[in-house]
Amino acid sequence: MSVSILLITLLSLPLTGALINGLFGKQFPKVVSGSIGTIAVGIAFAVVLGLFGQIHEPVKVNLFQLIHFDGFNINASFLIDQLSIWMALIITGIGTLIHLFSMGYMSHDEGYYKFFTYLNLFIFAMLLLVLGSNYFILFFGWEGVGICSFLLIGFHYSDPIKGVSNSLAARKAFVMNRIGDAGLVFAAFMLLNTFHTLEFDQIAKALHEGTIAGVSLNSALIVGITLCLFLAATGKSAQIPLFTWLPDAMAGPTPVSALIHAATMVTAGIYMVTRSNFLFELAPMAKDIMLYIGMATSLVAAFMALRQNDIKKVLAYSTVSQLGLMVVALGLGAYTVAIFHVTTHAFFKALLFLGSGSVIHGMSDEQDIRMMGGLRKIMPITHLTFLIGTLAIAGFPLLSGFYSKDEIIGHLYAENPVLYGVIMFSIVLTAIYMFRLYFLTFHGNFRGTEHQRSHAHESPLTMTLPLMVLAVLSVFGGLLNLPGLFIHDGAHWLTHYLNGAPGLGLIEHPEASVNSTLLLMGVASGVSIAVLIWGYLNYVKNGSLAKSDDQLQGWELLSANKLYWDEIYNTIFVKPAEHIGTFFNQVIEQKLLTPGIFALASLTDKAGNQVRKLQTGLVSSYLFWMVLGIIMLIVFYLINTISWN
Amino acid sequence: MQASTVNIDFFVILATLLFVIGAFGVMIRRNMIVLLMCIELMLNSVNLLLVAFSTYYGNADAQIFVFFIVVVAAAEATVGLSILILAYRHLRSIDVSIFNKLKG
Repeated sequence: MSVSILLITLLSLPLTGALINGLFGKQFPKVVSGSIGTIAVGIAFAVVLGLFGQIHEPVKVNLFQLIHFDGFNINASFLIDQLSIWMALIITGIGTLIHLFSMGYMSHDEGYYKFFTYLNLFIFAMLLLVLGSNYFILFFGWEGVGICSFLLIGFHYSDPIKGVSNSLAARKAFVMNRIGDAGLVFAAFMLLNTFHTLEFDQIAKALHEGTIAGVSLNSALIVGITLCLFLAATGKSAQIPLFTWLPDAMAGPTPVSALIHAATMVTAGIYMVTRSNFLFELAPMAKDIMLYIGMATSLVAAFMALRQNDIKKVLAYSTVSQLGLMVVALGLGAYTVAIFHVTTHAFFKALLFLGSGSVIHGMSDEQDIRMMGGLRKIMPITHLTFLIGTLAIAGFPLLSGFYSKDEIIGHLYAENPVLYGVIMFSIVLTAIYMFRLYFLTFHGNFRGTEHQRSHAHESPLTMTLPLMVLAVLSVFGGLLNLPGLFIHDGAHWLTHYLNGAPGLGLIEHPEASVNSTLLLMGVASGVSIAVLIWGYLNYVKNGSLAKSDDQLQGWELLSANKLYWDEIYNTIFVKPAEHIGTFFNQVIEQKLLTPGIFALASLTDKAGNQVRKLQTGLVSSYLFWMVLGIIMLIVFYLINTISWN
Repeated sequence: MQASTVNIDFFVILATLLFVIGAFGVMIRRNMIVLLMCIELMLNSVNLLLVAFSTYYGNADAQIFVFFIVVVAAAEATVGLSILILAYRHLRSIDVSIFNKLKG
């Protein structure tokens, strides 16, 4: 089949699913709307597989013209290359598993069909985002996933207890993302002004020819554009300064956290920067800023995760921290490495989130790890898969996270050993909080209520099947990009594959030597094993438990309170904004505008009252005025005629 | 038909006078019968003007027109007088200043 037909099929599948469920879903039984959503994404995955087998060169498909102006066109055109296919594989593949999981997880929910509508719509928007061949389509998808994220975070907005806080979390995510989106819009305007096009390939070509005025290495224009793009990425991919929405976004149902706020949407920023590599390669300054922001985010978020007690919050901060690692890779110009980590992270973080969802489902909606413990006997499959996910994210040797993290720290070590130390510290923290989470949830004694104990159960097959598939992927995902150290043929398969995408094959990197690679791997493995042993001794042998809130001291308080980051933002931004709002409301509005408008209104009112008296109800007086008017017209006409003559 | 020996100006002045008398009558009188008469006066002043100019230009069209106007005016006067009688039965008065329901 031709590529354009495959593309149209791919895009229309989730959209059709969303439309069917959105328009008629209320009449369907739950299993039907769930199946429609899942099958639509499942077939989309098959279509992407077809494209994956078929495309060896980037193909551009122009469907139709969207906007036409004198100077430029904006087309609904799509770039199908190795990068977009790879992202689409992750989106539809993980998406299918999570749709399947949701069929079980949401089974007790009222808005079942609505949930699948939003999920399918999200898949559609995300596919637009990664497949678009210009910044306009990318932005379209970017906003689409943003609105789906908003709708799904606030999905339980009518919950009697948490409804308000869910809505507030959704609003926070929306506002934070909007700040980032402004960056993308500004960048698009600057690109349009400079290059008169938004197409990736045409911009890259113009940059390659070097004929555009004001565009050179580190020139203000390029740095401005790239920093605006990066601002957008900090919003979507939850980096400092805009990351605070992601932990709050955990208010959404757990499959949403897994699909949108861990595996796919938050990697949109990483994808966008990778796609814009031709711009970032001209702006080393912006790349350095990315490197440091990513590092700070990774460290700060890992620190915050240390003393969180909500099972999803820990994973949320861990996501922010891992995204920081990806941004570090981007800052180093190691785009394919970042995408590799996106891939493995999608596997193990989706696994961990779905695992936590399975736990929450089995624990009658309990999310506090202080109320859990000993679940390994009650939920054997969830336990085993969660353990695999934990090991993978902690960088346990030979699991997927080990390889992708190793690539990042390898590149970082070759660039700057000091920064390597900082990131290594963040990786140690990751291992610590993940093992804390794992041991407190699955080992020790059950600490929940009697009701929770009697209801605790392993989840149904629709939920455990995705867990098992993701666990397998988390174990073997590293094989996608084995270092040359282990095998000679087929090493770095993913990097070679992605290098087929425009721009990515052109970038040279300093490779770490074999000895230092071995050393780095040894250190990373040693650290993760050491933390595993420490966690076992501390939480299982010694039976340490999470402290209650009033026992926290020193750094633990800082971690549990997220470094007071939200409070600082409240003081710096929210409170002044509220004060300005109050000022405008109480002074400008109530003292100036309202009296002014009321004065105007009473003026017309009084004038009307006076004029009203002319309407006597007597026909003869009307006639009098009419005749008077006619006479005046005649007089006016006569005066005019006379004065003209 | 022989052209008129009377100057056309006199007809115009007469018609204008009749019209103004009628208009003022409508404006200042309260008696509904007088009002109707005044309206008829205004109408007929126009008729007079039409006929006068018709003769002046030697074109008979307007004279035929005037026949129709007279017929329609008769019908209209009938309707007006019927309304007047009904109004009198209703209010025991033919003073138009009583009809001020439209007052704002």
